[in-house]
Amino acid sequence: MSRIVQEFTKGLWKEVPPFRFVLGLCPTLAVTSSVSSALGLGCGVIFVLLVSNLLVSAFRNFIPSKIRVPVFIVIIASAVTIVELSMEAYFYPLYRVLGIWIPLIVVNCLILGRAEAFARKNPVLLSVADGLGMGIGFTISLVVLASIREIIGAGTWFGIRIMPDSYIGFQLLLRPPGAFLCLGFILAFMNFISMRMEHK
Amino acid sequence: MSDYILMMISAIFANNILLIKFLGNCPFVGVSTSLESAIGMSGAALFVNVMASCITWMVYNFVLVPFELEYLRTVVFILVIASLVQLVEIVLQKVAPALYRALGIYLPLITTNCMIFGVAVLNVQQKHTFMETLVYSIATAIGWDLALLILAGIRERFALGKIPTLFQGFPIALITAGMMGLCFAGFLGLGQ
Repeated sequence: MSRIVQEFTKGLWKEVPPFRFVLGLCPTLAVTSSVSSALGLGCGVIFVLLVSNLLVSAFRNFIPSKIRVPVFIVIIASAVTIVELSMEAYFYPLYRVLGIWIPLIVVNCLILGRAEAFARKNPVLLSVADGLGMGIGFTISLVVLASIREIIGAGTWFGIRIMPDSYIGFQLLLRPPGAFLCLGFILAFMNFISMRMEHK
Repeated sequence: MSDYILMMISAIFANNILLIKFLGNCPFVGVSTSLESAIGMSGAALFVNVMASCITWMVYNFVLVPFELEYLRTVVFILVIASLVQLVEIVLQKVAPALYRALGIYLPLITTNCMIFGVAVLNVQQKHTFMETLVYSIATAIGWDLALLILAGIRERFALGKIPTLFQGFPIALITAGMMGLCFAGFLGLGQ
């Protein structure tokens, strides 16, 4: 039981993607111009990560190791197709906003990385805990980055205005270059915190 | 003809695939530490991007559309790209050993380069014709190579400068990319 909790919580702080492991950068940068799209993509990634970790670890003794990567990719791609079709059917506005980034979950290195590094060597329950933890950690990171960008850039959060009306908004953060700058400063801030913790 | 030229300029500068559209970022920060590996990677990316775009376009329009299997796009495309990379690797090893030695270690990394898959999907989403697909895939790959080579050139100079400990590694690379993005954003309005 404690192993499960441990595998789950490591994704939330110790190995939280993409801040600790720089994996899955592209969607992180692209969808974080608003909090709602970040949350939407995060939920998609949690689902795909859960399904792929579950199936990969359930079939880990049947998949020949030579062709494991193509097999993993097919499993991931099927999960992504499920997400894509259900989002188109039930959350159409979100589907329009996320656009190409839903099929692109397939090439998110975070998911293939977890299948390769964790799920193919560990039993089902541990893999599910790992996938859930990593997915939630990834979603929280996306929401944090998106909150910073949306609040400073537009003065809103989830589309609701929270800054005073006279606040004009620092438009640069909403634009593509702002995503790189913002993520760079967050990574530096994470370094700062880990260095402080080591000193103590 | 002028349409194609406009498309090229727009894909290389104004809508740079990497800095404005955020496709292919992982290898971008991963291999841009030295100019030499960046050159190898950019050659491999150009080659695979053009081949993958053309083949996926044909598969989509001649196989998936006639059989009404468009929803299988994601699965089929990623399989085509993964097997194409393997095939290119084997063929290069036999036919052009010198080129294989130069590009060899970068080829497997290409499968996880989301630019390849992203451009393939964009091509069919925007209903490009075959010529447009060809031009668009060449132009996006050139744009990606350009950004990668510039960043690699800048990062080589980091060895000479004094960078605060907190910013060493990824943070400074991302901030540099942000500055480059600002420069490329200056081209907005050029092209389509």
